[in-house]
Amino acid sequence: MKKNLLFFVCWALLAFAAQAQLTIDITTSGGRQVPVAVLPFSGENTQPQSVSTVIGADLARTGLFRLVNAMGVSPLPTEPSEVNFVDWTARTAEALVIGKIEPLPDGRVEVRFRLFDVQKQSQLASFSYVVAPAQLRATAHRIADVIYEKLTGDRGVFSTKITYVVKRGTRYELQVADADGANSQAVLAANEPIISPSWSPDGSRLAYVSFDQKKPIVVVQNLAQGTTQIVAAFRGNNSAPAWSPDGRRLAVALSKDGLTQIYLIGASGGQPERITDSSGIDTQPAFSPDGQWIAFTSDRGGSPQVYKMPASGGAAQRLTFEGSYNVGPRFSPDGKSIAFVQRDAARYRIATLELGTGQVQVLTDGSLDDSPTFAPNGKMILYEAQVGGQGQLAAVSSDGRVRQRLTSSAGDVRDPSWGPLPTN
Amino acid sequence: MKKIAPLLVLATLAAACSSTPTTKDVPVTDRTTTPPTQATGPTSTTTPTTTASIAANPLRDPSNILSKRSVYFDFDSNAVKDEYRGLVQAHSKYMTEKRDTKIRIEGNCDERGSREYNLALGQRRAESVKKVMAVLGVADLRVETVSYGEEKPVAAGHDEAAWAQNRRADIKYAGE
Repeated sequence: MKKNLLFFVCWALLAFAAQAQLTIDITTSGGRQVPVAVLPFSGENTQPQSVSTVIGADLARTGLFRLVNAMGVSPLPTEPSEVNFVDWTARTAEALVIGKIEPLPDGRVEVRFRLFDVQKQSQLASFSYVVAPAQLRATAHRIADVIYEKLTGDRGVFSTKITYVVKRGTRYELQVADADGANSQAVLAANEPIISPSWSPDGSRLAYVSFDQKKPIVVVQNLAQGTTQIVAAFRGNNSAPAWSPDGRRLAVALSKDGLTQIYLIGASGGQPERITDSSGIDTQPAFSPDGQWIAFTSDRGGSPQVYKMPASGGAAQRLTFEGSYNVGPRFSPDGKSIAFVQRDAARYRIATLELGTGQVQVLTDGSLDDSPTFAPNGKMILYEAQVGGQGQLAAVSSDGRVRQRLTSSAGDVRDPSWGPLPTN
Repeated sequence: MKKIAPLLVLATLAAACSSTPTTKDVPVTDRTTTPPTQATGPTSTTTPTTTASIAANPLRDPSNILSKRSVYFDFDSNAVKDEYRGLVQAHSKYMTEKRDTKIRIEGNCDERGSREYNLALGQRRAESVKKVMAVLGVADLRVETVSYGEEKPVAAGHDEAAWAQNRRADIKYAGE
């Protein structure tokens, strides 16, 4: 089965912000889609944000759900006793979402929703939130997270953030956006390249590589304060920052002692400690989620391949063997697999390596795919694809079945990094 | 909730924004106040210089090999080809004569491949040029090797003709 859905994730409030306009094109192949009906929430038509629309778009974008037509239902049920389960069974819905929004005297609104199993005619979840009207979109994402977790057993990632670099002419912007591409905001603008942004594990900081000093240096930016701190600006190149899981250290690639090698350094700078010692290039470090290992790219064996070594230093072990170009490893959140870039017949694709079995699966079919980054639930991999000579963001499910292309009017979009789950 | 407060602030402000992409409340670090003053290489159009200064500065004299600054590389290679030996020798000789000069060698790659690995490959190309200069007597501390990776292509195309121009190491003298 092949299905294309178009979602214009551009809501009324953001209609004028050109770079917020992201069209998400979804392709799914194989696998069953759970039919879900998300009814309009009563009272939402007088609010600045249609909560049910955002919930439906979130669920559909995963490729795991099929939205059941909920038109023509009158009056809208807002209580369990008002739900006509026979009707929803006839409409083939297996799950049903209803809700209501009520203004409070202090200007805030109360959002209440309920999720039902249609076949069992039972309630699976019910929550209410009291928020400012401006928070309705974020609230919709939180509701979608609850629904996703109830129906799939996995954490939802609709309330997470992504960051990426937009290049327009000779101007570069580091942007932060919601996981669906909405609410994009520039947090850094520069006339020199910005590459390799990476979220701190707590989501409060971004590490990236700036070329403002006419050479690559590693900078950490505090998002709330807007302050920046140079972490590594040693002689030569300073690049490829990767956070340790505790957020205290960065693994970085430095060429201060000759060719590029991997070092550990404090997240606010200090004296770097060299942890690789090869005669080739060692770069693109990534910590395992438990902090015990660092995966990295090395061409010590003649061609660039993925290796891993203890994070404290020590002997490296080669992990990739197929082909002559396997680079840029990123651990999955459960630590069981690695996403990386594989070259095959002059095409660069995103692949995963199952660490337990050594099995490699190529997930994408682009010509120049790069920079894979896992969603914090491990289910999707966001990456940079080149389309018509320009960078575009794309995502693929970690089983390869669902593909999303995020087409933006912003220009050249590249180097994504998916932020952590919110800690609430 | 406390820890994601900054992110929610971003989302809230975004929802309130109109035609401007960056609201005044969101911290934006702007580094665009000083325009880029990239030193001009041989392939760029150079800034106007008087005849007198050209005569005084062999590095800018188009008839002098010292005005040639770029060493080009084959795909996936960091070997300095024979055709560029004369250029590297001339700069090495200049540096051994002018002992107060320092240079930066900037490596570059074509767009194919992974961004960060290309950054390291560009630096290795710069390092190859530096090694040739070291053999010719230029002290290690006078040469810094850096890389722009695939980030600063001089040719914008997506074919071999463009890529060949982008696989390059440029010699930049301090102060240029």
